[in-house]
Amino acid sequence: MIYQEKKSIVSLISTIIIFGAYCAYMYPQYPDGVQESTETFRFWGSFVLILTLVSIVAHIVNSIAFNIVFRITTGEKEPSFADEMDKIIELRSFRNSFFVFVLGFLLAMGSLVIEQPLQVMFVILIISGFISDVTGSVTKLYHYRKGV
Amino acid sequence: MGKNLVGNHIRKLRFNHDEMTQQQLADKVGVTRQTIVALEKGNYSPSLELAFRIANAFNLPLEGVFFYGDNTRQ
Repeated sequence: MIYQEKKSIVSLISTIIIFGAYCAYMYPQYPDGVQESTETFRFWGSFVLILTLVSIVAHIVNSIAFNIVFRITTGEKEPSFADEMDKIIELRSFRNSFFVFVLGFLLAMGSLVIEQPLQVMFVILIISGFISDVTGSVTKLYHYRKGV
Repeated sequence: MGKNLVGNHIRKLRFNHDEMTQQQLADKVGVTRQTIVALEKGNYSPSLELAFRIANAFNLPLEGVFFYGDNTRQ
């Protein structure tokens, strides 16, 4: 298994763990009472902001840790640059990931149109962000394994 | 993902060129070792520019390294 395949798998697993753990941590903090109160909006706002920050930091830490472990276990250096194949795969991964997120965004706006509660819109947005992240990693893994 | 129709003799040529490693070839043509691995496995068709660079690395014309279609034609 090549470096990029391993990295995609690690990224995929860490995305799922971070998102799952964060949701499990935040779920009990959901404000009770009136569904569309200022408190509820504050909860969703902080949910998205903190999740974004946690994800960025976790990905950086993960990447550093993965490179160290990869170098120790295989004795190989990680690729120092992205060549033409990496760029094509990166583009395809970004395209699929973006497509999923836009679909989720439209669904979220659709939920407002059909007068669903606001938290439905937030949940759809957050889940589409998660699925788009997973889609990106899966696309990379697929193309590195099966070719492009 | 279907198999690429562009095949190559890179593995054999590396062996015939003083058992050049994948990393040595990658350094010579300016790509990562992973791309050479993908090329040898038939998982990637290189750009025309990279194909020429690889052919130059072996001092061969393009057709000496790459072929189009079934391997049995060669």
